[in-house]
Amino acid sequence: MEFAISVLISGISVGGQYALIAIGYTMVYGILRLINFAHGDVFMVAGLLGIYLTASMPLYLSMPLVLVFTVLLGFCIERAAYKPLRSAPRMSVMISAIGVSYLIQNTATYITGGQPMTYPVIPFLSDTVKIAGTSTKWVTILTPFLVLLLVVALTQLINHTKTGMAMRAVAKDFETAQLMGIRINTIISITFIIGSALAAVGSMLYFTNFQAITPTAGALPGLRAFVAAVVGGIGSIPGAVVGAFIIGICENVIKSTEFTVFSDAGTFALLILILVLKPTGLFGEKVTDKV
Amino acid sequence: MKKLLSLALASAMVLSLAACGGGNGASSNGGGSNASGASNPAPAGDKVIKIGVFEPASGDSASGGKKETLGMQFANSETPTVEVGGETYTVQLVLSDNGSTTDKAPSAAADLVAQNVAIVLGSYGSGVSMAASDTFKEAGIAAMGVTCTNPNVTAGNDHYFRICFLDNFQAQVLANFAMDKFRAKTAYCLGETGNEYDQGLIAFFEQIFTANGGKVIKDSFPTNNSDFNSYLNKAKAENVDVIFTPVSIAYATQIITQAESLGITAPFLGSDTLDDNMVLDAANGTSIQLYVSTFYQEGGAPAFDEGIKNYINSNSTAKDANGGNDTIAAVTAMGYDAYYVALEAIKAAGSADPAAIKAALGSVTYTGVSGDIAFDDGGDAVRDTAYIKHSTNTGAWELETVQQAG
Amino acid sequence: MVQQKNKKGAYMALLACVVMLCGIILLENICVMLPQDSVPNVLKPTSQLFAVLKKGAVYSLAAVSMNLLNGFTGLFSLGQAGFMLLGAYTYAILSVPVADRAAVYYLYGGSAVNFSFQDMFGSIFGTEGVGGAVSMGLGVMIAMILAGCVAAMFAYFIGLPVLRLKSDYLAIATLGFAEIIKAVFQWQALGPVTNGANMIKSFPTFSSFNITDASGKVVLRLATFFPFLISTICIAMICLLINSTYGRAFKAIREDETAAEAMGINLAKHKMLSFCTSAFFAGVSGAMFAMFVTNAQAKVYTTTMTYEILLIVVIGGIGSISGSVLATFLYVACSEWWLRFLDSETVIGGVKLPFLRAGFRMVVFSIIIMIIVLFFRKGIMGDKELPDLLKRRTRKEAAK
Repeated sequence: MEFAISVLISGISVGGQYALIAIGYTMVYGILRLINFAHGDVFMVAGLLGIYLTASMPLYLSMPLVLVFTVLLGFCIERAAYKPLRSAPRMSVMISAIGVSYLIQNTATYITGGQPMTYPVIPFLSDTVKIAGTSTKWVTILTPFLVLLLVVALTQLINHTKTGMAMRAVAKDFETAQLMGIRINTIISITFIIGSALAAVGSMLYFTNFQAITPTAGALPGLRAFVAAVVGGIGSIPGAVVGAFIIGICENVIKSTEFTVFSDAGTFALLILILVLKPTGLFGEKVTDKV
Repeated sequence: MKKLLSLALASAMVLSLAACGGGNGASSNGGGSNASGASNPAPAGDKVIKIGVFEPASGDSASGGKKETLGMQFANSETPTVEVGGETYTVQLVLSDNGSTTDKAPSAAADLVAQNVAIVLGSYGSGVSMAASDTFKEAGIAAMGVTCTNPNVTAGNDHYFRICFLDNFQAQVLANFAMDKFRAKTAYCLGETGNEYDQGLIAFFEQIFTANGGKVIKDSFPTNNSDFNSYLNKAKAENVDVIFTPVSIAYATQIITQAESLGITAPFLGSDTLDDNMVLDAANGTSIQLYVSTFYQEGGAPAFDEGIKNYINSNSTAKDANGGNDTIAAVTAMGYDAYYVALEAIKAAGSADPAAIKAALGSVTYTGVSGDIAFDDGGDAVRDTAYIKHSTNTGAWELETVQQAG
Repeated sequence: MVQQKNKKGAYMALLACVVMLCGIILLENICVMLPQDSVPNVLKPTSQLFAVLKKGAVYSLAAVSMNLLNGFTGLFSLGQAGFMLLGAYTYAILSVPVADRAAVYYLYGGSAVNFSFQDMFGSIFGTEGVGGAVSMGLGVMIAMILAGCVAAMFAYFIGLPVLRLKSDYLAIATLGFAEIIKAVFQWQALGPVTNGANMIKSFPTFSSFNITDASGKVVLRLATFFPFLISTICIAMICLLINSTYGRAFKAIREDETAAEAMGINLAKHKMLSFCTSAFFAGVSGAMFAMFVTNAQAKVYTTTMTYEILLIVVIGGIGSISGSVLATFLYVACSEWWLRFLDSETVIGGVKLPFLRAGFRMVVFSIIIMIIVLFFRKGIMGDKELPDLLKRRTRKEAAK
């Protein structure tokens, strides 16, 4: 029983952290129809920034700065690597994303020398707490609530502000929105900024829990978050959140059985199953082809 | 114009990334020391003999590879020349990064061969050694493994040697230790999926442990995994007596910090990879019981300890490579010994010809800081001693016991 | 008239291939023909040049097979590494000599598959001298063909559910299958067959094709020639397929699925054909990759490998076979050989060059890739082939 609870708790916590990354994937996909492979690496860079900045200044200064720099990085990536390719075939943009991911990982390897770095301890969040007989960190407990809060705020932004309306319009029909006088580039930049900011928050939570950062540390959470976004129906924010919790719990349940070799394969099997049964994911809109 | 702008932005992106690291220049310089060997200008007029250092400077095993290289570099600074046939040769270390991955290993090895090295030392990690083995074989160069413990490295060839013990011996030592010291009946084994080092040790451990009536629960985690909570909770729920984690350094630090926050009380057993400053740091201040088997214990050779500490403290790149402090890793001592064994082989061969060195290496004997070194017919070192030490959790290792074979 | 022109082009291509293969043999054997001391370093058999050529030959087949799927049929699949893994393991499992199996499968007390083609033919043709060479050659060939077949068979079963998916979803589903295949091969329970996490080795590799005399001295080097030969044959077969009616159907599907269907092209059948053919050749290139790295181990066949091949395809030009081949050699040479100097600290005239240290090579390399992706969108060749470019040039010259 105790074991089951602990599995569930870590599943939900990890799911929450995946959700924050998955939102970035799903929003970008909704607007640009682009799988932003570099997103997981932005997440990793946010972690590295956390390490380097905390080394030279107090936490209350460094954490907001991490947020700012990560947002800046996301913005620059979009402007430098995706914007010039707006009229190019979709495959080129995707390759560009893979290229950026490659560049970020190699640069991080160069800077850190390939050694794992240790994330700083954040007071309170890193403290241990006992729940239902299992001990865990506070961050594990707080993550799902923080995620829900951020998601509610985000949906408010999308449903009730002018920017949000513009974002929905661009997602629905790129060209018509442009004709209606919406500044596409601004909206896309805002999307990347929100995505990167959430990834930065996600990285703080994630790396407080799992402290070592290597240049490839973003790859696995990134991939899982992406799978989560697809399971939930890519393009849909509630879908991404639900998908992330499903993937997080599913992964931890498989890890608790004796088939641990298949913890990744299991999530992919689930993904393929859902895609075959419901090709656009759980919450995805059905697309009809125009001839 | 637009293209220019985006190019500028792209470079700004790279620079900003670099600047983030640059702000903390000293600690980010880790890779520096490793590449310097090749460029050491040889004194004019002197004859040069090159020793290839085939070690990871990036990837999962970078930390260990750098420490091993450190031992060789220290040895090289101590004895930079060798007498061959009445002539004095300057020894030059040529470094090549195998990136800790088997697909980059052959070309890194080819790089060394292309630079005409006389003998190769390395690597930390058995997989890369095996992947590069044929390249050295074809070139007719002898390779000497320093801490690659997988049986298959030397099996079935006559050019690969090693100066360390093997996985089956190490697993046996640890299994016996678990049963003697903790009266362990059940063990939880955790390794990386698809990593032959982890899985090989676990398989041997299981064979010995179950043969003596113990029970083993085996799990593996995917590459790049960082969430070990579920695995550790399982170990806790199963009430195991020991947890055996022969994993890479990066994973070991994660496992230890997460075990601490889960309040795990079962002792952890680690293999030689866990004998590392970063692991020691992770255990510092926790209540985790951590035991590792290894090749060398600080204090075994006081003169060497003092020399290497001076070397590390006087050289900032060396200190970075050693993780920022001067705790001596066993792999550093092994790297140091490996260098001298290589010199002995060169002397015994009486020439700088790789084939002659290869022929001579098998019969070389040498007493190093980690003990007596001699090779058996298969090219493996005759070793029957492993040190088991535990973390004091104040940032130091303490010798627990010295285990002999059998 | 058109017929004749095509025939002439085919002969020219055949001639070019034969000339290239002869050139490779010559290049490789300079070191055998010349006295040891006068061979320049770069032509020694252990030089980086030959490592790059071998890897290039292997990767070019993988890239072309991916181009067949992504470039010519418009199916965005990311499962290439998975199919290469299947090929590599099939080849390895069927080729390790029985005598060496106990040593390779030492954790499992020997292999469950106690059979190898080489031994089978060895019992017919003998194991020494010419007979030994024949039995090894035949064994390798059959194992490689089977490697392709196994990959194609898996592709068929994977294709049944996933080929119905559209673009990005197909990409993710195939990527997922590659990961699942990898996990299955790493599963300890299948250890007696797959050797679990350990690598399978001791099978015939490229160097086994070097012909030696009785004393073990190499008299004719074929280690680089062999992968070139196989890749050339396979790529020629892909070319023939693309220029057939099937190939035209593939291109029609790429341009517009609905229109293609309306024209009477059986979508499911042609997509499956393209998927399985691509997997077959990926399997063969996987087998050759195993020969190149001299071992088969599942953890090498990661998504990064698929991305690498995809990058090559894009750099070469989506829909250009000669582009893919050219790009492969440039990519491999750049990443493994030409840029290596960037990894070591260099002092020129007493000044230490900044930035140069371990890892810098990969940073520069990825910047080069980004520049190509951003500024040369169509890749080196676009969707043109090498002969097209040559033709245009001669026409231009004629106009002058």
